[in-house]
Amino acid sequence: MDNVNNDFESKRIVFVTVGTTSFDSLVKTVDSDQVKEALLEKGYTHLVIQMGRGSYIPKKSSGGEDGSLVVDYFTFSSSIADYLRSASLVISHAGSGSIFETLRLAKPLIVVVNEDLMDNHQSELAEELAERKHLFCGRPQTLCEVIKSSLNVDIIVPYEPAPTNLKAEKRILGAP
Amino acid sequence: MVDFVSVSLVFVIASTLLVVRILYVISQSSKPARNASQKSLSTLVVLGSGGHTAEMINLLTVLQKERFAPRFYIAAATDNMSLQKARVFEDTLDDKISLKGANSIQFMQIYRSREVGQSYITSVGTTLYALAHALWLMVKIRPQVILCNGPGTCIPICAIAFVFKVLGIRWSHIFYVESIARVKRLSLSGLLLYKLRMADQLFVQWPSLQKQYPRAHYVGRLM
Repeated sequence: MDNVNNDFESKRIVFVTVGTTSFDSLVKTVDSDQVKEALLEKGYTHLVIQMGRGSYIPKKSSGGEDGSLVVDYFTFSSSIADYLRSASLVISHAGSGSIFETLRLAKPLIVVVNEDLMDNHQSELAEELAERKHLFCGRPQTLCEVIKSSLNVDIIVPYEPAPTNLKAEKRILGAP
Repeated sequence: MVDFVSVSLVFVIASTLLVVRILYVISQSSKPARNASQKSLSTLVVLGSGGHTAEMINLLTVLQKERFAPRFYIAAATDNMSLQKARVFEDTLDDKISLKGANSIQFMQIYRSREVGQSYITSVGTTLYALAHALWLMVKIRPQVILCNGPGTCIPICAIAFVFKVLGIRWSHIFYVESIARVKRLSLSGLLLYKLRMADQLFVQWPSLQKQYPRAHYVGRLM
């Protein structure tokens, strides 16, 4: 029983989410040996991948005696919030929904920008928030580097929304 | 010959009147509502998808709900989640705020002009179809306030609302809130509404973006 509890407490989960579409190059990258090794070195024990509509299937692993990463994946879930809450690190696509849901839970976040999208405006938000030190930002090919050299949870600045100002709305519609 | 001259004359007069009317509509937009004394204004909320819908719900949270009623929610027919989120939001509202009438809150679906990733060429046909459907819905709803924040779903709605203003069918106030994802440039929807001056007020969520588009207003961050 004690053993089980210890196991639970020492769990450090990395949750990868691609949102409602597919992002095979991200899934492929996190499934690579280099990234898994980098995550192990940083003390993470589990890797859970939400792969969406992607066609690349990662290798499941129940973790070896040698202490290799436990890997699991699924396509979609209605309880993404629970996965985010259980995670010690989130690696996400650049969709604003996933980004802000993770930031509100104050979880360390690496945003990976999908360069294959037609109108690639998504990097704007991720880069702005990275500049403000709310998260880390990379591309599939730089993810390993980000984990190894940039990922430092102590420098993260907690995100807070800016107060909403609807003066213009009041001016137009007038006082009731 | 006389016929040709008179036809041209009628044409010139008609187009001049139209241009004058369009300029008048644009000049009157972003001015206080003529119906400001009215207690509540029928409001059309155009839901985008995913992040757009989340931002819209956050916007609605800070509005005085009793002033924006009845409320009509529209989402793309391919989007199963957004109307569901709007329903959940409406259910959380106080009984005092939520209205008693059976038709005071309505949820509707609309054909989308462009799916994420669809090419710009094929989107011409789908846009026309979406436009026809939007016209049908707008005739039914005839809102006084339109709240939208992209993506393309809102363009046919706003274009029709503008035509309604020009023709004097219905005067509406169009509020567009650019997505928080836009830090450096407006989205295509935002740019269209800004350049064509179709939106009465265009809000942005980053000060840096407001500096580039002086007629836009900084609204804070909704997420």
